[in-house]
Order: sequence, then C-alpha cells, then structure tokens
Amino acid sequence: MSEEIEYDTAGITKKFMYVNRKAPYGTIYALEVLEAVLISAAFEQHACIVFVDDGVFQIKKGQDTQSVNMKNFSKTYGIIAMEKEDADEDEDMDMVWRIIVERESMESRGLCAEDFVIDVEVIPSAELAVIMSEQEIVISG
Amino acid sequence: MIHTVNKSPFERNSLDSCLRLSIKGAPILFLEDGVLAVTSGTSISDKVANAQRDHPIFVLGPDLQARGIAEGDVAEGITIIDYGEFVDLVVEHGTVQSWL
Amino acid sequence: MKFGILVNEGPFTHQASDTAYHFVSAAIEKGHQVMRVFFYYDGVNNANKLSAPQADDRDLVKLWGKLATQHNVDLVVCIAAALRRGIIEENLADGFRISGLGQLTEVGIAADRLVVFGD
Repeated sequence: MSEEIEYDTAGITKKFMYVNRKAPYGTIYALEVLEAVLISAAFEQHACIVFVDDGVFQIKKGQDTQSVNMKNFSKTYGIIAMEKEDADEDEDMDMVWRIIVERESMESRGLCAEDFVIDVEVIPSAELAVIMSEQEIVISG
Repeated sequence: MIHTVNKSPFERNSLDSCLRLSIKGAPILFLEDGVLAVTSGTSISDKVANAQRDHPIFVLGPDLQARGIAEGDVAEGITIIDYGEFVDLVVEHGTVQSWL
Repeated sequence: MKFGILVNEGPFTHQASDTAYHFVSAAIEKGHQVMRVFFYYDGVNNANKLSAPQADDRDLVKLWGKLATQHNVDLVVCIAAALRRGIIEENLADGFRISGLGQLTEVGIAADRLVVFGD
C-alpha cells in the first residue's frame, strides 16, 4: 500500500455544502453522507447540510427499521444539530453550520418543519439557489 | 459555480432540481446519460430551450457519440465540448455542483 | 490548478468511474495537479484487484493504478466504505491506499476545486 499523504490545511476555512437528495434506506447515500458530515466537524469548516427532493425524508420523525433489519440512523442527525449548536455558542470557533430544508421539496412531499427530528431552516428554492452559489465545495451523495 | 447533470431527464428529476436551484447565468453541463436532454424534438426540449435563456449550456461530446446522437440533432445554442474543455470550464467557473 | 476528485460508484455498473478517469487524465494533460482521488460508497470497488473484465474491455482498476504510478495521483479508498464492501489490504489493487474519511475533507480544503462523479 502507498504511504499516507497529508496536506496542510491549517488556517484555511472553506464553505462546504452537503446535498442530500435521496430517501433513506433505499440506498446508502444518506448514511454515508452523514458519516462524511460528522467527520468534517473535526476540521472546523463552514458547512451547509441541505435536504432537497427525497432527501427531506432522511430527517423525518418516526423511522422504525426493525422489520427491514436495517440500522436506524435518524437519531445521528441529532449529533449534527449539537455540532451546530456548539459552533453557534463558541465565540472562539469560526465555524458556521446551517441545516437547511428546501421548502418546495418539503411541501410537495406533504411534510412540514414539525415532521423533522432536528430543527431546520426551511428556505425557498430561489433563496437556497443563492446560498448554494456561494459554496466552495459541494459534496453530493 | 458550474452545474453538471449526468442522469437522463426522462429517468430522474435531477435536471428539474438543478434548474430550480441554480442562479441565472450559471453554466450547466450535460454528461453521461444527461446528454439525452439536449436533442431537439423531445418532450423536454422546451424546458431546455427555456433554461438556455438563463444558463449557458454545454454537453459532453464523447457521451453524445457513445449514444449515437449526431451533432446535428443537438438543439441550437448548446455547445459541444470534450473532456479537456470540461476541465477548462471547471477551472473558469469554480465550484462544481453535481446533480446526480 | 489543484483538483480533488470524489468517485461515488464502482467500475462498470455506472459510468462515473470512467468519466472521473477521463477528467483526471485531461486535467493532468493540461498541466493541472490532481491532489487526490477519493473513492467512497461503491467507489471503493475501483480498488479491487480481483476485478477481471473481459479482455476486449477497459480495465478500470488497472487504469486508475497507472495514474497513481505514472502521475503520482493519490488514490484513497475510504476505510469504512471499504470494510462494508469487502475491500481490504489483501485484495487492494496497486496504486491505492486505504485511509479515513477525513482525507476527503482534507482534500476539499487543500484543493482549488473538488469534482464529484456519481450516480
């Protein structure tokens, strides 16, 4: 195996965006993007975690995966919410995290903000398009 | 920012989501099965023609050729590019948002 | 310019790995630096040395490996995704290394552009 290569990222803060568009459990993308988001917290970068299209179902309350025998990871989104709160409260940390649901995706699927396991910003598509255009790294799952 | 769409608009909603969430002026590149969006005379040709008013639109030539789509079948105003020009677009336009 | 690349899908089932390979090759030809290609989700399957495509078809696993040896491209396979899919040291193809998910965040920060290829 090749040797480990590391790049110096000290002092650099960039704007990451994680775009979640797929429902949970039908594919693994929801879980593995979540893992990428959690790992990224250690790097203290800015992040927008965005739920669009069927991705809004990733954070829906009441998931019971017992009968399908799959790991229920919906509670893990609570850790993202905690990371965001820590970043908001820590004046020494220059790290802004936003958790965003696209309004149109939510409403067209018959959902509302109260249906989600975490607090989110519900943002209409025109405004979200502007936020997206300002990001520096987009990770699509 | 540059947006890429790699799935067919007849199969997925990736193009619709891209159009809804991209700001005016941002370029869009169709590649892989996404190239099915650019031919004239389909049920979505009007949608793409409307999009052309707000976005410069590009399509990856090798993917057209692979799928037997002739350059003459590509809607007017859409620029056919190769992989090298794909790289150039990314260098020029910054962040890439891949609509998968 | 410095590029980071994320490959979400394995060889053959989706075109993502092919497109990523062509993009990386073109970037190198133009004199850009490809700092790292990170293989995540089923993308880890691009590192399986047991892959044996038909003789008249491209061998993506080997093509990627050649990019590593000829152009010093860092090919990283995510350990968590790899374990799920049975990619371990014993069947890891030449040119690849297994590492943590932090390497994706790291190249996102260090590179000028991150490009995602997936389904």
